[in-house]
Amino acid sequence: MKETKKVYWKGLEQLTNNIEFVKNADKEFPDHLPINEDDDQGPSRRDFLKMMGFGIAAASLVACETPIRKAIPYVKKPIDVDPAVPNYYATSYHVGNDYNSLIVKTREGRPIKVEGNSFASMNGGGTTAQAQASVLSLYDKERLATPRIGGEKATWSDLDDKLSAELSRANKITVVSYSVFSPSTEAALDQFKAKFNNVEHVMYDPISSHGELAANEASFGKRALASFDYSKAKTIVSIGADILGNHHSHALNSKQFAQTRKLGKGKKEMSRLYSFESNLSLTGANADYRTRIKPSEEGLYVANLYNLIAGKVGAAKVNVGAVADKEKLTKAAGDLLHSKGRSIVVSGSNDKNVQLLVNAINNLLGNYNQTIDINKSVNLRKGDDAQMNRLVGSLKNKSAGAVIFFNCNPVYDHKDGAAIGQSIAGIKTTVATNDRMDETSSLVKYNAPDHHYLESWNDFEPIKGVFSFSQPTISNIFDTRQAQESFLKWSGNFSSYYDFLQERWKSNNAVSKFPNFQAFFDNCLFEGHFEEEVASEGLVYNDTISSVSIRGAKSNGLELVISESSTLGAGFQGNNPWLHEMSDPITKACWDNYVTVSAQWADDNNIELGHMTTQLADLTVNGTTVKLPVIVQPGQAEGTIGINLGYGRTKAGKVGNDVGINAYPFIQSVNGANQQFVSDVTLKVTGEPYKVAVTQTAETYSGRSFVIQESVLKNYVEDPYAGRHQVEITDAAGNKKSPNAVTLWQGHSYNNHHWGMAIDLNSCTGCGSCTIACQVENNIPVVGKKEILNGRSMAWLRIDRYYSYDEESVTEDTGFIDALKIKEKAAANPEVVFQPMMCQQCNNAPCETVCPVAATTHSSEGLNQMTYNRCIGTRYCANNCPYKVRRFNWFKFHDNEQFDKNTAMNNDLGKMVLNPDVTVRARGVMEKCSFCVQRIQAGKLEAKKESRRPVDGEIVSACASSCPSEALVFGDMNDPQSRISKLLDIKKEEKRVEAQEPRAFHALEELRVMPNVWYMTKIRNKDEESKKEHQA
Amino acid sequence: MVAESAIREPLVTGGKSVHDVTHDISIRVEDKPAPLWLLAMAISIGMLAVGGYFVGGLVWDGIGVWGNNNTVGWAWDITNFVWWVGIGHAGTLISAVLLLFRQRWRMSINRAAEAMTIFAVICAAMFPVLHMGRPWLGAFWALPLPNTYGSLWVNFNSPLLWDVFAISTYFSVSLVFWYIGLIPDFATIRDRATNKISQAVYGALSFGWDGAAKTWSRYETVALVLAGLATPLVLSVHTIVSFDFATSVIPGWHTTIFPPYFVAGAIFSGFAMVLTLLLVTRKVYKLEDYITIQHIEMMNIVIIVTGSIVGIAYITEFFIASYSGVEAEQYAFINRAFGPYAWAYWSMMTCNVISPQLFWFKKIRVNLVSTFIISIIVNIGMWFERFVIIVTSLHRDYLPSSWSMFSPTAYDMGTYLFTFGLFFTLFFAFAKFFPVINMAEVKSIIKATGEKVGVKQTTTEATEKVEN
Repeated sequence: MKETKKVYWKGLEQLTNNIEFVKNADKEFPDHLPINEDDDQGPSRRDFLKMMGFGIAAASLVACETPIRKAIPYVKKPIDVDPAVPNYYATSYHVGNDYNSLIVKTREGRPIKVEGNSFASMNGGGTTAQAQASVLSLYDKERLATPRIGGEKATWSDLDDKLSAELSRANKITVVSYSVFSPSTEAALDQFKAKFNNVEHVMYDPISSHGELAANEASFGKRALASFDYSKAKTIVSIGADILGNHHSHALNSKQFAQTRKLGKGKKEMSRLYSFESNLSLTGANADYRTRIKPSEEGLYVANLYNLIAGKVGAAKVNVGAVADKEKLTKAAGDLLHSKGRSIVVSGSNDKNVQLLVNAINNLLGNYNQTIDINKSVNLRKGDDAQMNRLVGSLKNKSAGAVIFFNCNPVYDHKDGAAIGQSIAGIKTTVATNDRMDETSSLVKYNAPDHHYLESWNDFEPIKGVFSFSQPTISNIFDTRQAQESFLKWSGNFSSYYDFLQERWKSNNAVSKFPNFQAFFDNCLFEGHFEEEVASEGLVYNDTISSVSIRGAKSNGLELVISESSTLGAGFQGNNPWLHEMSDPITKACWDNYVTVSAQWADDNNIELGHMTTQLADLTVNGTTVKLPVIVQPGQAEGTIGINLGYGRTKAGKVGNDVGINAYPFIQSVNGANQQFVSDVTLKVTGEPYKVAVTQTAETYSGRSFVIQESVLKNYVEDPYAGRHQVEITDAAGNKKSPNAVTLWQGHSYNNHHWGMAIDLNSCTGCGSCTIACQVENNIPVVGKKEILNGRSMAWLRIDRYYSYDEESVTEDTGFIDALKIKEKAAANPEVVFQPMMCQQCNNAPCETVCPVAATTHSSEGLNQMTYNRCIGTRYCANNCPYKVRRFNWFKFHDNEQFDKNTAMNNDLGKMVLNPDVTVRARGVMEKCSFCVQRIQAGKLEAKKESRRPVDGEIVSACASSCPSEALVFGDMNDPQSRISKLLDIKKEEKRVEAQEPRAFHALEELRVMPNVWYMTKIRNKDEESKKEHQA
Repeated sequence: MVAESAIREPLVTGGKSVHDVTHDISIRVEDKPAPLWLLAMAISIGMLAVGGYFVGGLVWDGIGVWGNNNTVGWAWDITNFVWWVGIGHAGTLISAVLLLFRQRWRMSINRAAEAMTIFAVICAAMFPVLHMGRPWLGAFWALPLPNTYGSLWVNFNSPLLWDVFAISTYFSVSLVFWYIGLIPDFATIRDRATNKISQAVYGALSFGWDGAAKTWSRYETVALVLAGLATPLVLSVHTIVSFDFATSVIPGWHTTIFPPYFVAGAIFSGFAMVLTLLLVTRKVYKLEDYITIQHIEMMNIVIIVTGSIVGIAYITEFFIASYSGVEAEQYAFINRAFGPYAWAYWSMMTCNVISPQLFWFKKIRVNLVSTFIISIIVNIGMWFERFVIIVTSLHRDYLPSSWSMFSPTAYDMGTYLFTFGLFFTLFFAFAKFFPVINMAEVKSIIKATGEKVGVKQTTTEATEKVEN
């Protein structure tokens, strides 16, 4: 084959051997391609694809990762902190000017529960609901996490530098606080006063005792509150004072009062309580005789009582008009005279003149140094209204200098809050030690947040000579600093407050009784309590009656009575959902503020009431109008309406903001004292429907003696079975027997323990402390207003409140159905009975038989136990529970944004309060009171470790341990020496227990569910018996 | 074929021949779906879808989306459950009890009635599952299954567990009974089918039915045995459902009268529902010759009887409550009649006690419109009966402190709507794809000596074809 010599050209350019062509001959593309170009041209397509690829891969990797909850073991285990073993520390609850001596339970270094400190004579082992709830306030995410300057986060050194400079330049410094009753705090403030010139410390109390303080100053030369010992009193007359409910010492008062109400084999007498009041308070609810008066008549009633007594003992009378209802007053005077030296007259009035008369009465009755001690003064209230009013004036005209708000919130809780708030902006140096950006502290320049009381060192002197201590139970969660330490720092004292406090106690006389100071101090901290002898001084009483002038009753206008909330107190813990959801002991309402009116008023104004539905009304007080729901309150005095304080916070946090209306601005200043009532207000129903969440809608117990059994003392003395509804049935042989005695099945046998509870309806004051204790102990969720409206409160323990009906309107001619309707309606001034209701731990439990999957079963110790894991949620058990104490998890209440007000279960910090011994229940399962089975198990284990049986009193349910009045007694009915066995006079047979105590009864006895909870009859100390009982 | 007395009203009118029977019934299966049927089906599926949204929300969020509360733990859920179970009863009564009593008029209505039973029981069974807090567990934890927990069994004391057994037994027996009856008719459709799919589907459904004399004999024996098994179920199912209440301690529930009262009520409501459905089917499918006025009158008579039993039961309850001397029990009944839910009580009384008494008048009894209206009224009344028993007893029991009210939410209604959607979807599917009347049985009651015999030449051929 011939070789071809043909050459093919790629183009003319090759043929001509163009220079341009030769240059690019080995390149694939003639044009330049933008690959691997410089960054400044922006990401290329390839970069985009790379980034997208990486992004998708990274995102999917992140999504695949399981969230890691870190649980890091101790590298070096602290001494005494053992996992799952609780530690207890004595401390003192102090929020606002509330006080309680406590034992704090901590688990793995977290305080989770408080108990009353039984060493402390201030509250004697009981706690208030507010104290119980205060552990959650510690874990409140809305507390200030750092100091702030001008609202911006700052460091402490920065704040100290700037503030010290400003303070030293100030010509005057005013420290505003609630009553301070901590000796070391006062000493720290003294150092502060010494460092800066012209420092004024103004103390005020949202609920003022100014009148009582002023009266005592006039009568005894001491500006202090006297301490009362109700346990010694036979006759107590309270005129507008809520000694058992909203009172600075109500836990102690309840304890003492309840002692006089206990009855039994050896004790057939009890005190008699008269109450003259407008709103139905806990005191009125527990009174034997309650008279409805207008608040403006308080003075009149006190003066008339004085005259009645003065007339009998031959003292000078005062000039005063007559009262409308003299009958009860005369009766009260008679009883008081019969129990001279063993009686107490107390008034809630903040009018000095009224309190002077009260002092005069108690003096005539010889109660001083018997039931009332002015030497052992109560220091919880020291506030001076006049001084505070002056401060408001000087704030307005900017002559107050630098102002330090020391843990107080006057913009919210002072009557002139608005004015104070407006003037803060104009003051150069303003400081607040408040724990959050509340109504006051959000306006100030410097925020120096204080520790929570559970993070603090402190000492208190609630009663003269009675000291208690605070010790931190957790290191501070946030970057806060104890306010006292701040004051010391600003005064140039750089020692810690702890050292400062110890230093002060070193000089105490009692130290010499101990080997060294440390031993003394350790003992004080261990007991949380230290008592000093108070030199008893002779009583010097200056009679100032002649100077007293009593204002007569006001016109016919409507009078507004402003009282502290029984749940939120004065509003210090406004962001605490437990307190918001606690139902008011009387109205049973929660999550709201409202105006209470009498049924008569509601009728006259045609208020349409439905199931939890009422109407809004315009309340006009001195020209200010607010819109509030109206609720009908049996026992409300005609011509008066009531409102609660503690609501209407605007900057408390997401839980408490805008719940209800703030009633503090309604408080009036009369003669320099804050008066908690206003005359001539108007209330106009607007007709708009509004729903108020209540946990109980029924008013009465409809005369059902199988629910409540009650009698009067006179009958009880004659027959200890008085008031008992003893059911008898006839057996086959014709013999009358108790329904419990007729059975085919003998029942369970309990060989080891048999837990039971006795509830004395006579000493239960209805305060509700137990309900919060139960909530804290058992991780009970907060469900919010909407779910309460849906009837889905989760409370394991509730307090049923029943009013009496108008017995007079049921006559022989009343038809059966009409009679039923009357029995459902509360009387205008009803008697009240409280019945704590929880799982009755029935021995023949109706819930146990109906559960298809055996999720609720009977224990060998008499407990009706709930196995959450097994529960499928048919709710049959709840339907078949005659006490309706079972609670269903309608939703997932934890980790659910829908229930974000349930802060104890919906954020990581809040969850620290949960009791690790108790399961947080899943959605769809049933739950109920377990008799605090975790405590029973813990107590049994403790005893087992020491090879002994549990000692009575060692295992106590949360409710029983919190009860200030010791109305709840928990224990082992198999132990004949236990308190409950003795109290109920338990007769133990092989398979059943019987209480031989005549007062003991079972609710719904005839159902033969045989509960392990016993109630003891309510006995009132009245001379008249009820019509119903009379007929029986 | 059984000869009928000439004096008796014929059970099938219009001089139908056996071929006519086959044709009239089968044509509904073979024809293209009618526009009216498509519309009805679309509405049913729509209801199912809307209801499904609410059921989804219920399972996702929890029982709290309903209006139930701490005091009223059961409300619409169990009301609907009992109502649907009750409705189911008529089918079993018609097919089993009337078979045993040789009531041959039942033959043209038993198929639809049984279908209704099965669909109603399916709807009923939704509620015990959906009303659980944790249905994903409860659906099988309520069964006595072996498990890894050791000896963890269900609680045999619980009436709810008895319900599980009662309902599942009832459902299985009814389903088998119904299906056995369908086999010869499926074979007829199979034999008439012209397209392959129908042949295959109905061929499979008919289990290779060959129409031999031996097959027929076995068929009839099985039917009789199953009828014998199903008969006690008519009484037992609602008796056991009533035990949910009767064995409890709640006033208004704790009543020994419940078992007979519930059974009578169930038959009462079941017949009413059969009437409602059949009157519509009869009209739409032009089955007037098969479901005659006589059928309707017979069923209306059953309604008078059971309605009166129910009425007497209501009055007896009241008397016993007052006679018992138990305060809470007395109150429970006074509260029913005069309390906040009195409207529900009086709706129940009007619908259940007064309205069926109108059937004493022959004019009303044989009138289709009045029968249709009353049948619906009766079912409304029977729903209220269950509502009254459940909600008004629970809402005010022993302790006044926990007295409460119940009001339904959209989810309560949505869940109820879901079961309606399910029921009608199933029923319309049945009406289209299954023979609505038992052809084989009806052929035994047409008048053999009818004047039309011989008119059509094909009659004998057709009969032979069917019977072979």
